[in-house]
Amino acid sequence: MTHISHFTAVFFFALFASTVFGITQRETPRRMFRYGIYCFTLFVSSAIVISWVMFLIAR
Amino acid sequence: MLYSQKGMATAPVKTAAGNNAQQGFVYLPLIAGWLFPGAGHFLLRKWGRGALLSISIIGMFVLGLAMKGKIYSSAQDILDMLGFVGDLGNGLLFLVSRVLGLGADQVMVTTADYGTKFIVVAGLLNVIAAVDAHNLRTGRKPE
Repeated sequence: MTHISHFTAVFFFALFASTVFGITQRETPRRMFRYGIYCFTLFVSSAIVISWVMFLIAR
Repeated sequence: MLYSQKGMATAPVKTAAGNNAQQGFVYLPLIAGWLFPGAGHFLLRKWGRGALLSISIIGMFVLGLAMKGKIYSSAQDILDMLGFVGDLGNGLLFLVSRVLGLGADQVMVTTADYGTKFIVVAGLLNVIAAVDAHNLRTGRKPE
């Protein structure tokens, strides 16, 4: 059984989902790459922001 | 509007459908893509895209199994039903996993809950990829 941290899980989830989103939602390779980076950044950054919000609420 | 209609009458858009000259079963990339992640794109000779889709979807599915994620086998309530539909999107990966008895029956730890979601999302991403292959085949999406 693999034990991974929450952040590692978020990282891989964002990486795989962004790759599929980039390829399927845009037409040209350049736009695919840029959209993939955009989705990845949003996935990871929103997870970090929401984590901090929950941490501050719980205090 | 995602796709421009400009110049369609004078310069035909290059499509996978055009390359195949509309030969063969039009739903083959859709079905192949559902059964095996990336196979729809491989059929259309989109080797790079197919490989990336294959690695991403299989990677997410395997990671879900490695985290002892649950594979839905029956639907007791609406959430189970939705999870089962998501799992079905994995095509042969789901069937092989069921036959081999992979995945946990019960979610016991937090990472197993993550794993369950990874498996469901891998199935949903696979459906998106298969539909993309179909759109390339029909010419709805430019090459």
